[in-house]
Amino acid sequence: MRGKLGDRALYVYTWLIILWLASPIAVMILFGFNDKQSKSNTSWQGFTFKWYQQLFAIDGLTDALVNSLIIAVVSTVLATVLGTLLGLAVGRYRFRGKGVTDFLIFAAISTPELVMGASLLSLFVSANAPRGHITIIIAHTLFSLAFVVVTVRARVVGLDPSLEEAARDLGAGTFTTFRLVTLPSIMPGVAAGAMLAFALSIDDYVVTSFVNGSEQTFPLWIVGAVKVGIPPQVNVMGTLIFGIGVLLAIANAVSARRKTTH
Amino acid sequence: MPEDVPAIELDGVVKEYLAHGETVQAVKGVSLTIGEGEFFSLLGPSGCGKTTTMRMIAGFEEPTKGLVKLLGQDVTNVPPNKRDINMVFQSYALFPHMNVWENVAFGLRRKKVADAEIKQRVGDILEIVDLTGREKRRPREMSGGQQQRVALARALVNRPRALLLDEPLGALDLKLRQQMQTELKRIQREVGITFVYVTHDQSEALTMSDRIAVMNDGLVEQLADPREIYERPASKFVAGFIGTSNLLSGTVDAAEGDLLVVRLGEHDRILVPGKAAAGDTVDLTVRPEKITISTEQPESGLSVVRGDVAEITYLGTYNSYAVALADGTEITVFQQNAIDSSTTAERGDTVWLSWRPQHSYTLS
Repeated sequence: MRGKLGDRALYVYTWLIILWLASPIAVMILFGFNDKQSKSNTSWQGFTFKWYQQLFAIDGLTDALVNSLIIAVVSTVLATVLGTLLGLAVGRYRFRGKGVTDFLIFAAISTPELVMGASLLSLFVSANAPRGHITIIIAHTLFSLAFVVVTVRARVVGLDPSLEEAARDLGAGTFTTFRLVTLPSIMPGVAAGAMLAFALSIDDYVVTSFVNGSEQTFPLWIVGAVKVGIPPQVNVMGTLIFGIGVLLAIANAVSARRKTTH
Repeated sequence: MPEDVPAIELDGVVKEYLAHGETVQAVKGVSLTIGEGEFFSLLGPSGCGKTTTMRMIAGFEEPTKGLVKLLGQDVTNVPPNKRDINMVFQSYALFPHMNVWENVAFGLRRKKVADAEIKQRVGDILEIVDLTGREKRRPREMSGGQQQRVALARALVNRPRALLLDEPLGALDLKLRQQMQTELKRIQREVGITFVYVTHDQSEALTMSDRIAVMNDGLVEQLADPREIYERPASKFVAGFIGTSNLLSGTVDAAEGDLLVVRLGEHDRILVPGKAAAGDTVDLTVRPEKITISTEQPESGLSVVRGDVAEITYLGTYNSYAVALADGTEITVFQQNAIDSSTTAERGDTVWLSWRPQHSYTLS
């Protein structure tokens, strides 16, 4: 028999962990409402909504955020499409060069960002490619691709091959089989991969800082602003991005529950 | 049985695989015809080529050599989605993201059947498999037996020329399996479609089939109706695979009419139908339930051997005796536990075993 004391200790411990994980987010949200008077936004000076009203008052910051969103969406789409196809290939088939492909996927995940950024820069310089939007998108697609491959491959490996045979048997051609059976079956892996890709892209600093040229992104702008003090608008934007993420997660959970209680 | 054009015809079908740089023959030349409306079983141990044979009928594998014909038409190179045949998979392969109704309607939708007709046909077939009212369920919310019936309905609703079933009852427990055997027979009678049933379970094949092809090592060993397969196994393999058999080997003494007199030991005299010259060695088989065990010498005109009771096993409805002959051969005898069971042989007793000549067969 475990004592009441043990139960209580576990309860306290669990809440401490949750508090620890949530506190940076709470601080970020809170200081978006800070009516700061000094340059730095580090001590509480009263409640205000004015940073929400002046959200787009700093031109450089707004441009950087728009850039980041465009880059994140484009690279997520590219990485998801390419990564899904690659995940299907390595999860399903045995082919010449499969070992090399597996290794490259692993390497893309495990390479330190500094190394990846530096080598991509020297690649772009030697290829005489002008740095900017395009090079950032290429770089982001590259490092998020491998994560999509891994999540999709996990679904493909667990997929009963007779599902697709059953679809073929019932009169579906190869493309219809993919659309109606294969894709819905691996969709959770595809969606997880896409979310990872978006999250990796929107806050990437290290690799982006090598290949950005004169282009600004949200994380680059924030790091640049550290010395002069980060404006509360950054907190507000962070809060909004976080809020959208939470809404998506809730929507996903609700739709999953609706499906099971049919 | 097979009238006019057979539903399915295999003509010298061979399937070779390349495994680790070596060519392996999974099917080594199978020719057979399956009649319209027949319940046909492919029976054999795992690795005998029965599943590969079925997959070639379905179109998932292309034969290396030979032809597959459906109602007289050569479909050897026709992909599975263009064949008028449907399959029930061992794992059922129900689409997990679709409910029962969507699963069953899948094939009809691919064929662009009108909505009203789809509704009608899906409703009818769900009634036949006793799943009316569960249209909105998802496969994972159903029991194994129900999933099995959804898989059956999904295939049958297309009214295929033939239905292929790959060990469909393998995942069910014994009680449910026996229930589904009867159910499958009923459904087959109701819809009148040719069933090709793949199984390694001999009792399943014997219970349900009109005809059985016993396969071993990529070849058909025997093709006959269940009674013939059981009573007159054509080879050592079939005799051993189907039920329990006693295999005996002896020297032909003489031929008396169409019976051979085979000698094993001093007191043994076996009569068996067959043709062979005196001095030849023959293999023969006799089923354990055909043998009478007695402590007194039986009448003449029967096959008679003598041995010692080595073991008696009580099995409820019957006793199983293991009797060792002088040459060391062990013979199994089943004796019903009837009220008038006369034998009182104990372990170690010397007994006579006898059976009618027509209950034993020479083997090739």
